[in-house]
Amino acid sequence: MSSSRNLPFLATLVVFLLAYVLCTIQFPAMLSTRVIANLITDNAFLGIAAVGMTFVILSGGIDLSVGSVIAFTSVFVAVTVGLAGLHPLTAFAAVLVISTAFGAVMGLMIRLLSIPPFVVTLAGMFLARGAAYLISTESVPIAHPFFETIQGLSFRLPGGGRLTAAAILMLIIFAAAIVIASRTRFGANIYALGGNQQSAELMGVPVGRTIVGIYALSGFLSGLSGIAYTLYTSSGYSLATVGIELDAIAAVVIGGTLLTGGTGLVAGTLVGILIQGLIQTYIVFDGTLSSWWTKIVIGILLFAFIALQRGIIWYSNRRLAADALKEM
Amino acid sequence: MSNQKPLLEARAIAKSFLGIKALDGVDFTLNQGEIHALLGENGAGKSTLVKILTGVYRRDGGSIRLDGQEISPADVADAQALGIGTVYQEVNLLENLTVAENLYLGRQPRRFGLIDRRRMRDLSRQLLSRYGLEIDVDALLSSYSVAVRQIIAIARAVDLSGKVLILDEPTASLDSHEVAMLFSVLRRLKQDGLGIVIITHFLNQVYEIADRASVLRNGRLVGTRNLNALPRMELISMMLGRELQAVEERHASLEPHAQLQDEAPIRFEAYGKRGSVAPFDLAIRPGEVIGIAGLLGSGRTETAFLLFGIDRPDSGTATIDGRTVAITSPEAAIAKGFGFCPEERKTDGIIGDFSVAENIALAMQARAGWARPISQRQQKALAQDFIRSLDIRPPDPDRPIKFLSGGNQQKAILARWLATEPRLLILDEPTRGIDIGAHAEILKMIERLCAEGMSLIVISSELEELTAVAHRVIVLADRHHVAELSGTQLTADNIMLAIAGPSQPEAA
Repeated sequence: MSSSRNLPFLATLVVFLLAYVLCTIQFPAMLSTRVIANLITDNAFLGIAAVGMTFVILSGGIDLSVGSVIAFTSVFVAVTVGLAGLHPLTAFAAVLVISTAFGAVMGLMIRLLSIPPFVVTLAGMFLARGAAYLISTESVPIAHPFFETIQGLSFRLPGGGRLTAAAILMLIIFAAAIVIASRTRFGANIYALGGNQQSAELMGVPVGRTIVGIYALSGFLSGLSGIAYTLYTSSGYSLATVGIELDAIAAVVIGGTLLTGGTGLVAGTLVGILIQGLIQTYIVFDGTLSSWWTKIVIGILLFAFIALQRGIIWYSNRRLAADALKEM
Repeated sequence: MSNQKPLLEARAIAKSFLGIKALDGVDFTLNQGEIHALLGENGAGKSTLVKILTGVYRRDGGSIRLDGQEISPADVADAQALGIGTVYQEVNLLENLTVAENLYLGRQPRRFGLIDRRRMRDLSRQLLSRYGLEIDVDALLSSYSVAVRQIIAIARAVDLSGKVLILDEPTASLDSHEVAMLFSVLRRLKQDGLGIVIITHFLNQVYEIADRASVLRNGRLVGTRNLNALPRMELISMMLGRELQAVEERHASLEPHAQLQDEAPIRFEAYGKRGSVAPFDLAIRPGEVIGIAGLLGSGRTETAFLLFGIDRPDSGTATIDGRTVAITSPEAAIAKGFGFCPEERKTDGIIGDFSVAENIALAMQARAGWARPISQRQQKALAQDFIRSLDIRPPDPDRPIKFLSGGNQQKAILARWLATEPRLLILDEPTRGIDIGAHAEILKMIERLCAEGMSLIVISSELEELTAVAHRVIVLADRHHVAELSGTQLTADNIMLAIAGPSQPEAA
């Protein structure tokens, strides 16, 4: 692994650790597993969606439909479980099939009609949000014994922190995604696609299958994220999670993945999520700051990381040019 | 090397695009253990043939046999699986992946369903060591030079396919040392029994590396010849499509003609750009037509790009009316009264969805500055003028230009520059892809323009065209201005002799 390739990730990691140390100096109580477990739980649904977004961005695309699919999922589960009396597991399975198929169709359109992902997923965003409204415009509460069982499940960490089912699910998803990205041919094809689609095609990468796979995976993970969100709020609401895809994109970029695709690590996205969570936690601890400070800090961080990435690219280009001159 | 058996046999290959024949009954045979050069000017059909062999295009007619078996590659992966691998000029690897990832993309060694990175690394090292490359295979591809990437691409293609290797302009961006490195790799692969097709426009390299050459022209095969029995002159005349008439005229007559530089108002001295065109002198007098001749890739178009400010020179000076000027952008060149009709009319010249009138008004608008818009009415009046004087058909200024024929598009572009009343107009292949009638009209127009005092530079691979219209012809070879011909010396044969050149410099 080249050092310049991992530099953005390492920078993110350093920023996170430094910020965490500073936070614990001001509020020593933040050093507990309880805080960390809460931080992960609060951001579990965002983290799961961000994993899908990481794959999409690595391939050089974008998925704007994530927030709407999460809202659709939560409304769908709430209505089928709460009103229609379906077993939650059946509802989960059905909604995952729907969201995966939804992603796959978007991937197909991107590939077959060669429409930019931005446009296709923008349409998908309206479509999914509209479908959510169609099912119900009200906030639908869920009361089901199975739900309570899952919500009661947790893993006790030493020090009193509790990892909820959703938090554990997010960590499992991250672990699986890291393996997919770095150790499978599908993962390698995603990086290849993000590097240069034409070259990848000439090298024999099954471009169409990979693109459909990427957006289907993002759809699946959006559905899973929607389930985690439903567990977290015990309700479904069609106005929920508006713009959450932008938070996911922010986490991916802060995690060191290039928006142009081809370079980045899934683990970086996890750190990106943790940084966002850390800022929220700090604001809660401080008690006087407005929660909008989260957005402001995220904005500043985004600028800083994009500038850092440009700097690295500029520097490595200059070094290459210098090498070329030496050879002449 | 006489005991060779045919490895790849293409017979009567035909391919048309929108009714235009790109390949017409082309035969091509590649033997085992040979390096076969595929030669021809732009648009001769080289790349179409290669794309058919490698499964990018489907052929309309003919047959391809590999090892005696009839094949029809459906796509690149299919051709690779059959044994035909390709390496393109713009190396088709991925800069964002490591060397090992590039070598094994799509066929990574796996253990328990997961990519075995360690084995992939070991295999990569072994593979590259056979090519004499001892490099860190875990480093990103982008950290290596073009030459190394080229060899990595070859290693991948050979490892994947193993029978036929097709190289499209592999040396275009390499220096002479890197070329030597690449050629030693190719010679070893040839000894291993591979059939290698190489497309290049460096004739020196053709004679250095290749055993046989096939020449295509206008979609047809001119011939396949053994290079050790093919004089360079004959090869060039095969490529340019001209029978030799007076081979007896020798190089002695090719000394550059003395120039009357003192009366030339536009002068370029030691003008050049490294890796593009070697420094040259050029003095342009009013009313003069200067032809530029040379094979594809000899630096013809690059010269035009330098003169028009599209590329910036890294040496030399330009003087206009005795004053030193910096031509650093097309905008600056237009301000100095230059005009340029590029070779790739469709991509560089016209804006297809704009009307004829708008296309004609473009350069004038650029010259007037964007703050002073040219009104619709002025545009139309201007267009009407030129449509009449150049006989552009159909005579409708509002028609989108993409619906006009090639010859009429060319006339519209000419009109665009004529509207600015330039003092120097550069025409790159002004008659390519247009019918014979329009061809003659454009030549006539060139003569009329210079009679009016405009200077013209005409780049063309049609030698008769150059000798017909130009007062002098500058000949380029391997990115150098190697000769200047005028007066009685200005004949097509002399141009070819100069291209063949007794002492061609090494490729830059």
